[in-house]
Amino acid sequence: MPGKRTPSNSGEDLTSDGGRHPFLLTKLDRWIAWSQKNSLWPFGSGLACCAIEMIATAAARYDISRFGMELFRASPRQADLFIIAGTVTNKMAPVIRRLWEQMADPKWVVAMGNCAVSGGPFPTYSVLQGVDKVVPVDVYVAGCPPTPQGLLHGLLTLQEKIARSHPTKDIFNSDARRID
Amino acid sequence: MKDTRCARIFPWKGGAMAFKEIELNMGPQHPSTHGVLRLKLRVDNEVVLGIEPVIGYLHRGMEKLWESLTYTQIVPLTDRLDYLAAVSNNFAFVLAVEKLMGLEIPQRGQYIRVILAELQRLASHLAGVGFMANDVGAMSVLLYSFEIREDILDIFESYAGGRLTIHGIRLGGVPFDLDGEIIAMIWKALADIPRKVRDIEGLLNENRIWKHRTEGVGIISADQALDYGLTGPALRASGISWDMRKDIPYSSYQDFAFDVPVRSGSDVNDRYLVRMEEIRQSIRIVTQALDRLPPGEFQAQVPRSPKIPPGEVFHSIEAPKGELGFYIKSNGTDKPERVKMKSPSFINLQSLELMSKGNLFSDVVGILGSLDIVLGEIDK
Amino acid sequence: MLEELTDVPALNKAYRSLEEIFGDFLLGVSFEKKELSVRIKSDGLLSILRHLKSALGFNALNDIIGLDNLRSKAEGAKRFSLLYQLYAFPGFVRLRLVLDVDENEPVPSAAPVFQSANWAEREIFDMFGIRFSGHPDLRRIYMPEEYEGHPLRKDFPLEGRSDGV
Repeated sequence: MPGKRTPSNSGEDLTSDGGRHPFLLTKLDRWIAWSQKNSLWPFGSGLACCAIEMIATAAARYDISRFGMELFRASPRQADLFIIAGTVTNKMAPVIRRLWEQMADPKWVVAMGNCAVSGGPFPTYSVLQGVDKVVPVDVYVAGCPPTPQGLLHGLLTLQEKIARSHPTKDIFNSDARRID
Repeated sequence: MKDTRCARIFPWKGGAMAFKEIELNMGPQHPSTHGVLRLKLRVDNEVVLGIEPVIGYLHRGMEKLWESLTYTQIVPLTDRLDYLAAVSNNFAFVLAVEKLMGLEIPQRGQYIRVILAELQRLASHLAGVGFMANDVGAMSVLLYSFEIREDILDIFESYAGGRLTIHGIRLGGVPFDLDGEIIAMIWKALADIPRKVRDIEGLLNENRIWKHRTEGVGIISADQALDYGLTGPALRASGISWDMRKDIPYSSYQDFAFDVPVRSGSDVNDRYLVRMEEIRQSIRIVTQALDRLPPGEFQAQVPRSPKIPPGEVFHSIEAPKGELGFYIKSNGTDKPERVKMKSPSFINLQSLELMSKGNLFSDVVGILGSLDIVLGEIDK
Repeated sequence: MLEELTDVPALNKAYRSLEEIFGDFLLGVSFEKKELSVRIKSDGLLSILRHLKSALGFNALNDIIGLDNLRSKAEGAKRFSLLYQLYAFPGFVRLRLVLDVDENEPVPSAAPVFQSANWAEREIFDMFGIRFSGHPDLRRIYMPEEYEGHPLRKDFPLEGRSDGV
């Protein structure tokens, strides 16, 4: 139902107008959110083992294109969903940050696999203990590697999160833009 | 004007193309570099002058981590090295540890290990061929080969619970026995796979575009290949029939009859053909192993955390990517003193520059695909 | 030593040949778990490798392994060991050469003899800090260029130092 939900992509709980949003804009919100969530274009950053399960998710059996995410873009400029699949090392972390910055708003990040979530089984000198140290993450998908069903569950959770969001707030009120 | 190789390939009207050296950067984020590999290319217009691979973007410090874990704890972590063929890493490590311990594995356990390892070789070669074809442009082949892989991953999931990193071979033998249901699944897969593999061959083998892009590309002579330490299908495509399963047999491979495919052209197409033939030979081995599966125990008695007396050992096996070896030095405790992995992709990648010199830079992707490297193994 | 060391004729032949030609560079030999290890002095390394490659058929250098003996060495012994794992194809035998190296002692690079030594030596330089003289391009291979410290040394903590990267 429109109106009383807390916005999930701005840094504050209540907006300045007391938590209510004009009726037409909430309808527009739902329409924009619907089209965003059903046409996410992933930028698959396949780093390690999880990349293979990500490719298996995109392959014929666990077809990811039935959720609209068929088009895995190779360039961050053309994508809006950053799936970080695999171990992020300290050497790779600035690259991941730069790629994230190159993506245009609105963008979402899914940390796939235990290594991206929190460093995984590698508490060593060269592994970043969780990719959320360099980019803000929307959905964490655990598993080593998560099965394709697990990744799809994470992506559906992301779709639900997008459905709850208020894109018009970003469009009409630039102060409410996501804080990183 | 310099008469460069590029000028000879592209003679434009009015003369040769001027020499122009450009430095290009491929990666570390790139759809075709098989992981986080960075290639610094020096090209003369389109012709490659030199390549410098920069690795280390996936260095996880595994060898240092292993020094603080027990041998039993290390085995599942070895899965993450060559993640396309996880069982073969387990296999190499536990064989080295068992050699150090002087442990004998019962016959049934050895045969089940062979079955798992050869099924894993099938899965790895299918993925390798799929990625190579995808890089060259034949994207449907990737989808076909992943579909065939799913049959094998179903078997692994029924056996050990995991699809990719399954921890299927453990110290002392294998974790579970092959019961009737799994054996039936394997027989069914063995019956289906040759037909599906013929689909892939039908798409690629006589395909004019594939042959044009892969024949004569990425050649390395046999002597250079040995000097650069190349192993695996890339070496067998250069005319050298090196296969650890035949040369220094381990885990009852000497009981099985199979051929080692060798081709002498040593270009990208030959490496593809060697892999396809190895798929057929793997099916042959699994068939023989299932036919003659001996009854009995499938694992030897091993304490949960074995303490190994001081010593050192180096053992290598024929993994799908090449010769995979582990050096282990023990110090009497249950944690190793030093574990070093001899990684085939690490050594194979060194010959990329030699293979690519003089080729067009759009061939680099095909050559890299034919080497079938895995960054998890390179960077450890 | 003329009595048979191992039960593998090719290895015995190799060892006898090494003993004849490079006797003063050999420091010891052992045969355990069916593997022959020959301990040598570092100045004889290149000539021994060349002889093994050309005359005795050990045409593949599988790997170069570095060891840090900080905690397990005897008093006065050298800190690091380098192991050269060689393989003969065809011939199907393995041989290991062992070199003891001190900190800051340079070792001749095997890259001129075996191309596969190139990256293996870069890895050892990165992880242990052992320098190889005559190496075409000795720099770090895994860690970033400006990293300080050599991770596989026994006195380097697993979690790393915060001033590393």
